[in-house]
Amino acid sequence: MKLALVGISHHRAPVELRERVAVELAAAAAIARSLARDGEAVVLSTCNRTEIYLAADVDHELDARATGALLELADERGEEIAPVLYRLTDESAALHLFRVAAGLDSLVPGEGEILGQVRAAYEVGATGPLLDRVFRQALHAGRRARVETAIGESPASVPAAAAALAQQVFDDLHGRNVVLVGAGKMSELTARNLVSRGARIATIANRTVAHGAELAERLEARTVSLDHVGADLYDADIVVASTSAPGFVLLAGELEQEVRARRGRPLLFVDLAVPRDVDPDLAAFDGCFVYDIDDLEAVVEASLVGRRAEAVRAERIVAAEARRFQDWQASLAVVPAIASLRARAEEIRAAELAKAEGRLGRLTESERRLVESVTAQIVNKLLHLPTVRLKQAAAAADGLIYADVVRYLFGLEGEDGGRR
Amino acid sequence: MAELLIWPALVAYGEAALAYAGILRAPGFTGRFAIWGVRLGWLAQTALLVVQALRADGFPWGTWAGALNLFVWLVVGAYLVWGCNARFRLLGVLVMPPAVALLVASWAGGGTGVAGGVHSGTLLGAHVGLMLAGLAGLSVAAGMSALYLWEERSLKRRDSRLFRLRMPPLDALDRIAAKIAAVSLGLLSVGIVLGLARLRSGEFDAAMAVTLGLWLLVATVLALRWEIGLRGRRAATLLTAVVAFVAVVLPITHFA
Repeated sequence: MKLALVGISHHRAPVELRERVAVELAAAAAIARSLARDGEAVVLSTCNRTEIYLAADVDHELDARATGALLELADERGEEIAPVLYRLTDESAALHLFRVAAGLDSLVPGEGEILGQVRAAYEVGATGPLLDRVFRQALHAGRRARVETAIGESPASVPAAAAALAQQVFDDLHGRNVVLVGAGKMSELTARNLVSRGARIATIANRTVAHGAELAERLEARTVSLDHVGADLYDADIVVASTSAPGFVLLAGELEQEVRARRGRPLLFVDLAVPRDVDPDLAAFDGCFVYDIDDLEAVVEASLVGRRAEAVRAERIVAAEARRFQDWQASLAVVPAIASLRARAEEIRAAELAKAEGRLGRLTESERRLVESVTAQIVNKLLHLPTVRLKQAAAAADGLIYADVVRYLFGLEGEDGGRR
Repeated sequence: MAELLIWPALVAYGEAALAYAGILRAPGFTGRFAIWGVRLGWLAQTALLVVQALRADGFPWGTWAGALNLFVWLVVGAYLVWGCNARFRLLGVLVMPPAVALLVASWAGGGTGVAGGVHSGTLLGAHVGLMLAGLAGLSVAAGMSALYLWEERSLKRRDSRLFRLRMPPLDALDRIAAKIAAVSLGLLSVGIVLGLARLRSGEFDAAMAVTLGLWLLVATVLALRWEIGLRGRRAATLLTAVVAFVAVVLPITHFA
């Protein structure tokens, strides 16, 4: 069976071209069904790539069909799309998919969303034996890369870094109270990151209470003016500050009483503003931690360095999985011969047993079962080594030759569609 | 021959100690080797203790060296409860090197042999066992508190390496250290009661005074936590300092 991949990704195509061929999951499923015909098809479409995987018994212009589908999606920009497409087949296509699933082909190494996207594409695709195997193995490779390395563990954006920092201090964020100082976009992004990990937005403090109210309604929080935020600090666990104020909004001198009343309970200040909103002297209080935008970007940078180092180990895992897939695909060439051989052996066994039944006389049920079992074991033992060696030969690229020899020796020509 | 069981325990613990040091340089990779070293070493040491219990003539851990052997086993066992969780693996950096050193000291002092023992009855055995278990628990709690202080300082300094090291969450260290201290206090309490039960007039000595002082200090730290919410750096500093002080003074008073 042949495997072909045609795709477009962020490596070679800008977003203006990628967005022309990006499709939702339902559309991807429909395209896959229409392309499958007498083969198999899966369409993987994310914000960074659209890839079409096709498989068939013979190479029924797989490349041309996949390319045609992408050009049709691109419509009038098809001429711009064509030069940036990439094409891979068989082992290369499988290795590419494994790398994609492991996050090794992503903008940020090890990003987690892609594994779910590959799974979703697989579930709605028109799969058969080959694409089913390659996608299941890709998902396995992706999981192995994330479990056996630290490639996906550390944060890759400032909001994610803030949320990871909060978890580093508080462990489980469920029930933790967050105070937002300022109602800007960054504040909201960070807040949503925290909420996704179980935190609760308790209060939004903004100079313009009305603007803060809109965000508060979206996040189900109460609003206060900036002058009254101190009172909320006693119950807060995390303070995210992102105002456009020209100087510090949260001053150590003004908040000392509220902070000391906490008796060392951890309080994390995340200052996303430039100029800074949070007075660095607050870090001197017991239990207070102050992180500004530079600190968070340093966390992200250190995280990316770590991810790149882990990517080397993940590449080894993915390469090993690709070799396993290659061996399996090679063994497909000999599967029909093995199946025919076993079928023939079983035929002979059943026929000889039937002949012998008359000579053996009346057998009890248990004796019959015993004879069946022994003869079946003899057949299995005899065929075990040839089966194993045929598969090994297939992995070593001699499979078809050995399969032909087996067909000739056992008179299996034509039974499995094998070569004559 | 059974005495030779100490060697696989020492080798495995030593490998774990080195592997934990390796975690600080290359996070993740050596962690698995480290925890397996601890597990295998602990199993070997368990086998040694079982043989000691079966063959010794008397209570085998009544000497300072024997008590050290049992103490190390208890500390490493307590560590394994959390150390198998990848988040707490870094605690091994603080637990395993001292464990190796103390086990070597025990071996040098004859505490890992299978002959000999102290003849003093069940009450002594129970007293020693409970006291050592309580002290082992407090050692692990102090280790967690020390790790808390290290991490808190790193967070204050905004050290971006924290995420690569896979440090346990700060709040988790604080909570778990307090729980272990509370359980250990319970064990110490029973051990002290048993000790007082077999105490004869005029036998109250410096070691007992230090032990009672330890009990009082740990109880005070825990009471302050529950009554007024004392936690974080101050609570961790108190617990670490108390246990470290006792770790130095108690052996001197007990075995000198």
